[in-house]
Amino acid sequence: MATTACFIIVSRNDIPIYEAEVGVAAKREDAAQLHQFILHAALDIVQDLAWTTSAMYLKSVDRFNELVVSVYVTAGHTRLMLLHDSRNDDGIKSFFQDVHELYIKTLLNPLYLPGSRITSSHFDTKVRALARKYL
Amino acid sequence: MIGVGKVKQYGNVLDKPLNKGKQEVSLSAFAFLFSELVQYNQTQVDNIGELERRLEDAGYAVGARVLELLCHRDKGNRRETRLLGILSFVHSTVWKVLFGKVADSLEKGTEHEDEYMISEKELLVNKFISIPKDMGTFNCGAFVAGIVRGVLDGAGFPAVVTAHFVPMEGQQRPRTTILIKFAEEVLQREARLG
Repeated sequence: MATTACFIIVSRNDIPIYEAEVGVAAKREDAAQLHQFILHAALDIVQDLAWTTSAMYLKSVDRFNELVVSVYVTAGHTRLMLLHDSRNDDGIKSFFQDVHELYIKTLLNPLYLPGSRITSSHFDTKVRALARKYL
Repeated sequence: MIGVGKVKQYGNVLDKPLNKGKQEVSLSAFAFLFSELVQYNQTQVDNIGELERRLEDAGYAVGARVLELLCHRDKGNRRETRLLGILSFVHSTVWKVLFGKVADSLEKGTEHEDEYMISEKELLVNKFISIPKDMGTFNCGAFVAGIVRGVLDGAGFPAVVTAHFVPMEGQQRPRTTILIKFAEEVLQREARLG
């Protein structure tokens, strides 16, 4: 289980549509902002990398001290980004795939505008449950 | 009511599985729904251009969702990064799922580098529609053009997509062509990726 992990879903237009801190360690106040800053800085790298491969899971694209950024890009160029300190590649891949399915189901809702924030508490609950299961 | 009591009830839409389900929808149900869509939009607009734009926007929303769903279901989570790849995805996979058959033809435009055409002898959405003379070049295929634009835009290939009637000799109904004109950045990226 990762001690720190920050999960963000970023839309095609580089706007975060969902964020969650899913680690178990005690939080410092500025940790959350630092995590978001690191993930934001990794977006450039992801953009270049996304066009070189047709796979969706991009493994780890960036490092910061001992934290690693792993990214999963969907067909619609929505990026699922995870900042973590563990090495559990398989668990992270399964986590991304399950969240991807949840995202598709959210997208199929005709009342959901693609690219807008995901506010459903059910979605939030399920993502955190998945994080506990796989990370 | 048809089918009630047979389907397992899920607490929330996020719990339902994403598998294929029934592959077919009633054609008449779709035709009625589409005709209502066109009629409703007709009351809301003043001119033909606006009506086409509204149909296109409706199709765009469908396209964005179809892209994600089909890449997940039919392509085992592989994204398309090349122009020909995404065009053949639209021409075969998307058409097969939406209309039950692959599109009749996919051609590259001869005059411009950035133009491609998908042709169909009879578009499903136009099957029960005839356009009155005073509506000029209006084509309800604008809905399908919107779907194609939604798929291309979502995949990162911005394009202008329009639907045109092309009269064919020997046939009573004209052929429909979806014209796709890619933006400059798409061609530049294609050239860069070699």
